[in-house]
Amino acid sequence: MAWRWDFAFEILPQLLWGAVYTLMAAGIGYLLAVFIGLIFMMGQRTPSYVLNRITREVVEFFRSTPLLVQLFFVFYVAPQFGIKFSAWNAAMLTMGLHYGTYLSEVYRGAIEAVPKQQWEACKALNLSIFRTYGRIILPQALPVALPGMGNYLVGIIKDTPMLATIGVVELMQSANTVGSLTYRFLEPYTMVGVIFLIISLPTAFGLRKLESMVSRRQGISKQ
Amino acid sequence: MLTGIGVTIGQLFCASALAIVIALIFGLMRLSSNKIILSVATIYIEFFRGTSLLIQLYWIYYVLPLLINLNLDAFNAGFIALGLNFGAYGAEIVRGSIQAVPRAQWEAGRALNMSPYLQMRRIIIPQTFSHLLPPASNLLVELLKATALVSLISVTDLMFMSKVFNQTYWMSLQVFGTALIIYYILARFFLTPFLRWLEVLAARKMGKTLG
Amino acid sequence: MNDIENTEEKPIVKFEEVTKRYGDLIVLDKLNLEIKKNEMVSIIGPSGSGKTTVLRMLMTLETIDEGVIYIDGKPLTHMRSKGNLIPADEKYISSLRSDIGMVFQQFNLFPHMTVLQNCIEAPINVLGLRSDEAEARAIDLLGMVGMLDKKDEHPSRLSGGQQQRVAIARALAMRPKVMLLDEVTSALDPEVIGEVLSVIRKLNSEHNLTMLMVTHQMGFAREVSDRVCFFYEGKIAEQGTPNQIFETPKNERTKQFLSAVLNAN
Repeated sequence: MAWRWDFAFEILPQLLWGAVYTLMAAGIGYLLAVFIGLIFMMGQRTPSYVLNRITREVVEFFRSTPLLVQLFFVFYVAPQFGIKFSAWNAAMLTMGLHYGTYLSEVYRGAIEAVPKQQWEACKALNLSIFRTYGRIILPQALPVALPGMGNYLVGIIKDTPMLATIGVVELMQSANTVGSLTYRFLEPYTMVGVIFLIISLPTAFGLRKLESMVSRRQGISKQ
Repeated sequence: MLTGIGVTIGQLFCASALAIVIALIFGLMRLSSNKIILSVATIYIEFFRGTSLLIQLYWIYYVLPLLINLNLDAFNAGFIALGLNFGAYGAEIVRGSIQAVPRAQWEAGRALNMSPYLQMRRIIIPQTFSHLLPPASNLLVELLKATALVSLISVTDLMFMSKVFNQTYWMSLQVFGTALIIYYILARFFLTPFLRWLEVLAARKMGKTLG
Repeated sequence: MNDIENTEEKPIVKFEEVTKRYGDLIVLDKLNLEIKKNEMVSIIGPSGSGKTTVLRMLMTLETIDEGVIYIDGKPLTHMRSKGNLIPADEKYISSLRSDIGMVFQQFNLFPHMTVLQNCIEAPINVLGLRSDEAEARAIDLLGMVGMLDKKDEHPSRLSGGQQQRVAIARALAMRPKVMLLDEVTSALDPEVIGEVLSVIRKLNSEHNLTMLMVTHQMGFAREVSDRVCFFYEGKIAEQGTPNQIFETPKNERTKQFLSAVLNAN
């Protein structure tokens, strides 16, 4: 089978629209995950032992099971309880929860990387818990957290094709549609791969730049 | 359902075997001073890490047979795609763990007139395990979860069987809930303890005891 | 260079116009140094004067920029080809490297092997000894450094002084012609320095090993050395017997250095 450029150009617009949806899905899902991650992380740092354990188990559960299965679960099971999710909403919620757990682990590691002495210094200066976190701890945790957060941003973009399985229209789904209508899979799937590369490589590059910028602003040297 | 679990575990085994081989080969290539070897390895790794696993999966199953006369059945396409992809991530872990061994160990070997090959085999590689196992364990759990994707190219694994049951019986909660629980059990109660045991073994070899 | 005292003996180590640069920085500046067989030479001097580089270059851990290093009459850094000297290849160097042994400041024992395994690893795999021969040799040496009872322990269980003594045994197991000691007590707690120094003292008095020692232990250097070299900015500023250097230093820098060191104690 030979590559047909005319066909490739013909389907390009459709694929590009799919790409836009992909970016939207990834973006919204990621933003959700960033916040949910904070909640999960806080949940593990509360003084209440019960809350800690529950949060910990929830996090472990989401981390140990495939996103795909979780998607299906949320999408198909929720209606049985009377909650009707559109495919898009189910997808966003599940991705937010799933990646939220990953991010909470990143946050945890980053906060633990801040030396214990910093907490002690804050206590000695009688800083409130808000100032301690907001002005001292979190700014120092940020450069440590960024690489991990960046990795998961790239990861979530690459996971968006799974959303096609519950009917969300994005890049992968567009390719599937094209393929099943025209019976030509070579161009759609290859172009989708290329588009993903085009999305993820600059993103990864941009993230690295962001990391070094943040480190430099805080006076930490990066080798 | 049980056959589904068997297929999932089969995918995990085959894919991790392939991934380990690729990780070792390409990880070492990334340390080469030869520009060509280094570039080939870098391109491979960046390509497989930068593109979506699902797309690689579809490509190997649907598109590759069209380009070259290689007809892969779904199971093989599945674990090969998984192995190639995760091998790329593994290669970076291999590289990182070798680089984590202090330079001074290389020098001590050289002072005793050991050849680079001897140094690598007897001194360096045994010391990589403590840096290698934690990230490798995470990767293995990721691999287990990724096997669910092969259901999308009709490999009859746990995920696939769950969908089938769902369409037949529509007891989504029980079906997918059970699937989730099975994956969870596999990861938390089989994989993780096994990997922890490997870590303890490696630490004992170094004369340390793990807390 | 002619030795007036020992005209029959060739020097076992010879540095001839050796220069080493790191970028613009000249670390060793046309160094000429000869070590006689069985001689114990101490190298002292401020940091950055090139002392450690001398040892590292002899152990072939660093490359040479200019000049030639000879070991036992043979060129080490170069090889003879049709009467000329060309830079040596790895194969040639490794044929000579076993004649040189080094003990590092940070010991650098192999953490994943026991003490005994550390000492037999290279003799078996590099010198080709049988494992019983290598073990016998190792046990002998470990007994001499006083670490025989720990032969099945891992380095992580040993104190710094104990590890360093094992490191000495490990280097000796290769039966080198020259032993290099690079600030071997600088990383040790004060209370264990003594045990390492007595091993070195024993090596010097009982075994007459040729040794080149970079050290900050002035008292020890004075006690055991045949010759002391004071390094400054990549050159030997002054050398002589311990008495000459410590009692009657002639060079201004030597005096400055010695007074600074002695005042710190």
